[in-house]
Amino acid sequence: MRLLAALAIACVAAAVAATAQAAPSPSDLEAELVCPTCKTTLDQSDAPIARRMKQIIRTRLAEGATEQQIKDELVSQFGPAVLAEPPKSGFDLLAWLLPLALLGAGAVGVGAIAWGWSRRRGEPDLAEAVDPELERRLDAELERFDG
Amino acid sequence: MTGRVQRVGQAIALIGVAALLALLVWKVAFGREEGAADELAKGKDVAAPAFTLDRLDTDGELGIDDLKGKAVVVNFWASWCIPCRDEAPVLQQTFERYRDRGLVVLGIDVNDFRKDARGFMDEHGITYPVVYDGKGSTVGKWGVTGFPETFFVDRSGQLVGERISGPVDIERNREAFERGVALALGSNQ
Repeated sequence: MRLLAALAIACVAAAVAATAQAAPSPSDLEAELVCPTCKTTLDQSDAPIARRMKQIIRTRLAEGATEQQIKDELVSQFGPAVLAEPPKSGFDLLAWLLPLALLGAGAVGVGAIAWGWSRRRGEPDLAEAVDPELERRLDAELERFDG
Repeated sequence: MTGRVQRVGQAIALIGVAALLALLVWKVAFGREEGAADELAKGKDVAAPAFTLDRLDTDGELGIDDLKGKAVVVNFWASWCIPCRDEAPVLQQTFERYRDRGLVVLGIDVNDFRKDARGFMDEHGITYPVVYDGKGSTVGKWGVTGFPETFFVDRSGQLVGERISGPVDIERNREAFERGVALALGSNQ
């Protein structure tokens, strides 16, 4: 029984490893690259240059080129704007970090305001809340009641 | 106090939304880069926008400023552009016909693979200088709206004549092409 379980785990692990190392498909790359004339991703473009780029991608994949190699080659021809996502290095890293930083700052701001509100609600300022005239009448009534 | 904080928060949110809306309106109304072709169409004196790019016909770089003193026919093209095939022989003939009078045809290959562009040049026997602009960095400055497109630059570096959209020397623009060449050369033939 233990042997069977070990075999099953080994099969699953092998399948996961095989999936992780699988060669990129042309459609994966086409969704990550932009047509330089129409500015949409290659998978959504039928422009002549997009068709040519798809052809080059298929040829290079068949030759065994990696995803990164193909992207580098296309960037050397058409510039970094050919990438649908900005690179995660150098100045372009800002495009990834800035939205996260703004989101974090927003969350901190909202949290601080909510905390401030909840604190004020927990400690009501009675002096400000009760009308002095009402307070005077209340004291008078209480005195009359006691008397 | 709470009410005041709320009002300040609402005001900040409203200002933010208004600023974003204003940015959107500005971008739609004025955000488009006005290229040299638009200025030329308004009848203004326009200097040919500068660039320096790698050559495809030989090693090294070439810019429009390097051609001061020459009449230049600037042709934007790409190997994947079908009408560019039709006009290639006309541009080559123009170069051969007027080169002794100081005219240069300068091809700018845009959004293309270098290898494909060189194949196109071999196929059509192109001997005039061609530079490579894979990123399309010249397109906005010149106001190019499609391929092919042709401009004429006189010996002082000013744009002359009119921009020709589409292949040159067809029925529709033969006159404009010949006039552009003549103006670039500094003659009124």
